Amino acid sequence: MLSITCSGFGGQGVLTAGLLLANVSMEAGKKLTWVPSYGSEMRGGTASCHLRIDDNEILNPFYSRMDALIAMNEGAVESFADRIAEGGALIVNTSMVADRAFRKDVRVVRVAATELSQQLKNPRGANIIMLGAAVEATGLFPAEQFADGIDGYFQRKGKNNPLNRECFMQGVQAARKAREASWI
Amino acid sequence: MAMKLMKGNHALAEAAVRAGCRFFGGYPITPQTEILEYLSARLPEVGGVFLQAESELGGINMVYGAAAAGCRAMTSSSGPGFSLLQEGISYIASAELPAVFVDVQRYGSGLGDIFQAQSDYFTATRCGGHGDYKLLVYAPASVQESVDLTMLAFDKADEYRNPALLLSDASIAQMMEPVELPEMRDVNFDRPWAMRGKHGGPNKRVSSTMYYIEDFDAYIKAKYDAMIAREQRWESVRVEDADVVLVAYGVSARICKEAVALARERGMRLGLLRPISLWPFPVKGFESVNPDVRGYLAVELSALPRLRDDVLLATGQRVPTESFLGGMHIPEPSAIIEKAAELIAE
Repeated sequence: MLSITCSGFGGQGVLTAGLLLANVSMEAGKKLTWVPSYGSEMRGGTASCHLRIDDNEILNPFYSRMDALIAMNEGAVESFADRIAEGGALIVNTSMVADRAFRKDVRVVRVAATELSQQLKNPRGANIIMLGAAVEATGLFPAEQFADGIDGYFQRKGKNNPLNRECFMQGVQAARKAREASWI
Repeated sequence: MAMKLMKGNHALAEAAVRAGCRFFGGYPITPQTEILEYLSARLPEVGGVFLQAESELGGINMVYGAAAAGCRAMTSSSGPGFSLLQEGISYIASAELPAVFVDVQRYGSGLGDIFQAQSDYFTATRCGGHGDYKLLVYAPASVQESVDLTMLAFDKADEYRNPALLLSDASIAQMMEPVELPEMRDVNFDRPWAMRGKHGGPNKRVSSTMYYIEDFDAYIKAKYDAMIAREQRWESVRVEDADVVLVAYGVSARICKEAVALARERGMRLGLLRPISLWPFPVKGFESVNPDVRGYLAVELSALPRLRDDVLLATGQRVPTESFLGGMHIPEPSAIIEKAAELIAE
């Protein structure tokens, strides 16, 4: 079972990143739970979602130790980085989080997702870049399969944007580079 | 059938539509407002009526009226709003009308807060309003059960001509899980007792049935006794050989399921009895529990014990029965196991 938390400011697509993960997992026949937590603000407040994904029934939707954290902002690192299980993955949006030595016992992927999404002319795709890094770092799905899943999700909504796939693959690349550099 | 990813609140609302609910009157309150939001768009699509009332009192009395006309009708609320519904619920029960209510529990008395809790147990299961009545009370522990139990609640409310309550909580209501939705039902609202115009037939009346049923005491007792005999529902997990049995409903039961799995990995014989119907309480579920069980632990997201009372009544207080409480913080399965281990050590 994989427990993964996605956290950041409201408006950064934190809940949507989790929803994408949930939808693609469901389409692949997996069991999952998606638990949101957010304040009353639509934008600017803290938003998180907590997912558990497995081939078997999810007993408890809550967890205290996670396998991966997608940290879109500084607050996400402060709130959750200590709770990543040893050997887990920390995906850091270095556009919003000051780069530093993070935990030595977790695999760290640094990706300037906010800037990268702007360069890719898809400024709302920073969450998808982060998701790409998380999917690759956890090995939850082969990258191409997940990218197809994202396309399918947005196609069903009639909102497909090929730049989303590009964003996703950029995140995947960031995780691959981090692996080659031994996650330091 | 294809699975759909849905929030508990949305799934419950869609299930109500598919169960044939065609009237909703209610007032928004977190964490159940998605039910209203969803139905405000969905009910008109199927020829139903959605009304945002001026208050919870308005909403529940609209439901009374719609139910009197034979329509499958519903309202939903949470904590403070659920308190406001009680007078109307008592009237609907006294008129022996079917209707379905939802309480998505939130924490605290007074205004409280918007996060999950299970503190409305007594209001739900004892009799929240005045007089002699009970609600059929169902507690979903997943998004799928939010669908399945909504369908059941409408059917049972009709069968017994008695209102039913879905007792959910903020976490089951807000979380998403894949669900399978049932087919749309076609329900005939032209029932013999429904106020749909006289059309040359006999007079019909909707008021407290105590005014015109002879030997009302025995009549109404028999009706509720029949529900107690036939409508107990529960799930049990490894209770047959358990040294300690956890008793929990709704989201607490999900946490307990993990506790049971973890404890069993460690060789500790823990079991779980999960009431699905909170009223009638599944006393029969305790019959399959290990006769040499050492104790029970009622696990609930509330500051004060509620569910424990029903465990004590069901088991005749034969063995130690403790509470694992807490609403402000979601309990860790390991903490539940620790407390259960203390019961075994005693």
